[in-house]
Amino acid sequence: MSDAAWTHDGYEMVVGLEVHVELATKTKLFSASANRFGDEPNTNIDPVTLGLPGALPVLNRQAVELAMRIGVALDCTVQPCTFARKNYFYPDMPKAYQISQYDQPLNVDGRLELSDGIVIGVERAHLEEDTGKSTHIGGTGRIHGSEGSLIDFNRAGVPLVEIVSRPDIRSPEQAKAYVNELRGILVAIGASDARMEEGSMRVDANVSVRRPDAEFGTRCEIKNVNSVRSLGRAIDYEARRQVALIEGGESVRQETRHWDENDGRTHTLRSKEDADDYRYFPDPDLVRLDPGEEWISSVRAAMPMLPAARRRRLAEVTGFDVASEAVATVVERGQDEYILEVAALGAAADRALTHVKEAFADAGAAPKVSAADLASLIAMEVSGELTATQTKTVLADLVAAGGGDARAIAATHGFEALETSELDRFVDEAIAADPDAWAKFCAGEPKAMGALVGYVMKASKGQADGKAVTALLQSRRS
Amino acid sequence: MNGFPSARSIAESIRTGERSARSVLDEHLARINERENEVHAFNLVLAEQAASSADEIDRRIARGENPGPLAGVPVALKDNLCTRGIPTTCSSKILQDWKPPYDATVVTRLANAGAVIVGKTNLDEFAMGSSTENSAFGPTRNPLDVTRVPGGSSGGSAAAVAAGFASLSLGSDTGGSIRQPAALCGVVGVKPTYGAVSRLGLIAFASSLDQIGPFTHDVADAALMLEVIAGHDPGDSTSIPQHFPSLAPSLDRGVSGLRIGRITDLPEGADQDVVDAVDAAFDTLAAAGAEIIDVTIPAFTYGLTAYYLIAPAEASSNLARYDGVRFGSRVAASDTNAMYMATRGAGFGPEVKRRIMLGTYALSAGYYDAYYGKALKVRRLMANDFAAAYEHVDVLITPASPSVAFPFGSKTEDPLAMYLCDTYTIPSNLTGHPAMSVPFGTGEHGLPIGVQVLAPAFGEPTMFAVAAELERSAARGEHV
Repeated sequence: MSDAAWTHDGYEMVVGLEVHVELATKTKLFSASANRFGDEPNTNIDPVTLGLPGALPVLNRQAVELAMRIGVALDCTVQPCTFARKNYFYPDMPKAYQISQYDQPLNVDGRLELSDGIVIGVERAHLEEDTGKSTHIGGTGRIHGSEGSLIDFNRAGVPLVEIVSRPDIRSPEQAKAYVNELRGILVAIGASDARMEEGSMRVDANVSVRRPDAEFGTRCEIKNVNSVRSLGRAIDYEARRQVALIEGGESVRQETRHWDENDGRTHTLRSKEDADDYRYFPDPDLVRLDPGEEWISSVRAAMPMLPAARRRRLAEVTGFDVASEAVATVVERGQDEYILEVAALGAAADRALTHVKEAFADAGAAPKVSAADLASLIAMEVSGELTATQTKTVLADLVAAGGGDARAIAATHGFEALETSELDRFVDEAIAADPDAWAKFCAGEPKAMGALVGYVMKASKGQADGKAVTALLQSRRS
Repeated sequence: MNGFPSARSIAESIRTGERSARSVLDEHLARINERENEVHAFNLVLAEQAASSADEIDRRIARGENPGPLAGVPVALKDNLCTRGIPTTCSSKILQDWKPPYDATVVTRLANAGAVIVGKTNLDEFAMGSSTENSAFGPTRNPLDVTRVPGGSSGGSAAAVAAGFASLSLGSDTGGSIRQPAALCGVVGVKPTYGAVSRLGLIAFASSLDQIGPFTHDVADAALMLEVIAGHDPGDSTSIPQHFPSLAPSLDRGVSGLRIGRITDLPEGADQDVVDAVDAAFDTLAAAGAEIIDVTIPAFTYGLTAYYLIAPAEASSNLARYDGVRFGSRVAASDTNAMYMATRGAGFGPEVKRRIMLGTYALSAGYYDAYYGKALKVRRLMANDFAAAYEHVDVLITPASPSVAFPFGSKTEDPLAMYLCDTYTIPSNLTGHPAMSVPFGTGEHGLPIGVQVLAPAFGEPTMFAVAAELERSAARGEHV
């Protein structure tokens, strides 16, 4: 749950996230080189990528389209925009400036709703180009103290969208939920594969603390957070560090800090005073981009159903809580369509959700077990032909075999529904075998029922339906 | 006109087989051999490559093919235009040994039109200057008087045409770098409408102002060359997707009925001989049937100031890529920042450093609004003022340069005096409008004077009609 409150010594945390995602385009943002992860270093390069003299950028239409999809998915206003140069020297920044968007970004004023209904504002989502990748040889792997550096320009010029949230996040859980939800959206709309471990999704966190309802405190930007789990740890650590500083009579310095996964702390990277003056100005090599109503409308029309809507739909059909973990999990796996298909065949939707969540963790969005096979199994379970335990066994076989006839599989296990008379006999035996438990059960001790049901299950070699046994015991008592 | 045949007549004689491309080339190479030591128009003469191109043209002629409108015409390129596998230096030490892996779009278009590239011409380093004295490889001398500058920054290209080293050449014009040297060397120089000619492969000085254009012996050659290089290029996002108008029909149109503007609040500072020549130009045009109309362009005066904020600002960013990491010269040092400083400290000359500093300052936090931001406002005012003037007139006439060619060293100690050379040319770069310099009479020491014709965006046809009229009048010797 994302609304678990974070407080520490009476302070709350205020967090905004800057998420960079690499767009899943064929080519780079301003040149025809391939946008592909994992190729041999410096093979996807060209004069524009390397910033050679005389080279000029030409905007990639597909990148704009994907960025617009992100804008529409996040309820942003998609608007006419310009590109600007962000000037700074770094060896993996070929032109010594990054083409980005500054005062007129493509997407502004959006929102992202977490699964529990909390809404996080999205300030902007703008297009920019990625840098090359430096590998520092020797030392700690960072540039300081290294013996040398190698640069791979394959990543330089890859299209990015930077999604900047408003400082609406109040706990590590919310931050993690925001990133997970965003990732789900990006994958659903085909904008990015959004893999943090491959760097196609990178998260920086702006963290400050304050007394509830006080003014915002001084913030620190946390970089090098490489997983959702680390994000939670990093901002928890950072907020505690800031509270400790303030409580110790010191003040928080505005700075950029580096998360160290190994020691679980953040460390000063550079202070505000050392920050570059980026000297943003409009890029004179590029013209104003006006997507126009027609293009925006076509992107809107082609928008697939987003995770939040899919969760609502699934919750409605199954009767599960929209904020439940089961609903979130299967939607994240993309298995909600499958569940709806099973339900459409007349099977109990809630059972379908439970089974898919439990048994289809590795099955992907299109499980091999056909919807019809699962529907047959659920029908047997609901009718009482199979107990819950038996159903699980058959389901496991179905998954292992990639489908099959549930009835035939049940038969191979010798699963047959007990006759009522047989069940009566087992219950009689149980009461006779443990009169003490029966007495306690009759006296209103619910715990005593466990021993009686356990006896029946054992005696029937698991073929008795636990619910039926319970019902029988209760009817006998009254 | 200076006694050399036009490119049109050269191409025609080659196409008809009257002359071979090789013999035309050899004639130009002979003139280079004779005078290049004195003039220093070139950073590199491509004698062998030009010979093989000329021979190829001759073979195509022999096969009955038409190599194009510039068949066999010797052309020189300013050394800030990328040529594949051929050093392209910007007359800077930092690019001394750099060979681009591609041709500029204009170079491809020239080659497709049958031109023979004879060499890469000298310039003020990174096109920053008005005399070609800022070249890292030594100045170019004015072929008409070698004690004087050829103007700049495209001084080498202007001199190459004036000396008969090439029949045509290309320069680039950011604040007057084609028109001012054309005026000082007595040739025609055109800065086309911004976006009419692709900048792909032009090494940027100030991207929003830079435009490539021709140097030629006469106005008709300029029209021919411009038609070859102009036209939309999808590789340059600022290239305008519009058909470039045909210019040939304008050349004999005359000026009858045209409205020609005289800017009454033009900044002062032009020498008397230049002022007299411009007055004579108005008289000539009036006599030929044009109507002379007084207009005001109040923002004209602020052009120079705005330019010297906008151009350096863009340059400070454009030239940041010369960091020694991927190409060009590198001076080794203990760490990355030290390497940057050593490389750039050794690789750039003083004027380039001055402009990088100016531009960096103009864009800095806390100064942006006062400098760069205000300059952009002036730029908009300038556009408005010109638009208002063009409601009343078709073209405007001004001097191209405040003076005739000046002696070496006369302005090098005073950057501001040098910057004033661009007073009359800068506004067209800020508005993106076309403008050209056409030789019109002579001034002090018998040196040529250039009259500048300015027109609104894509107003080249009218601009060329007026320039052709001035050229005809000058040829008749009416004002020499």
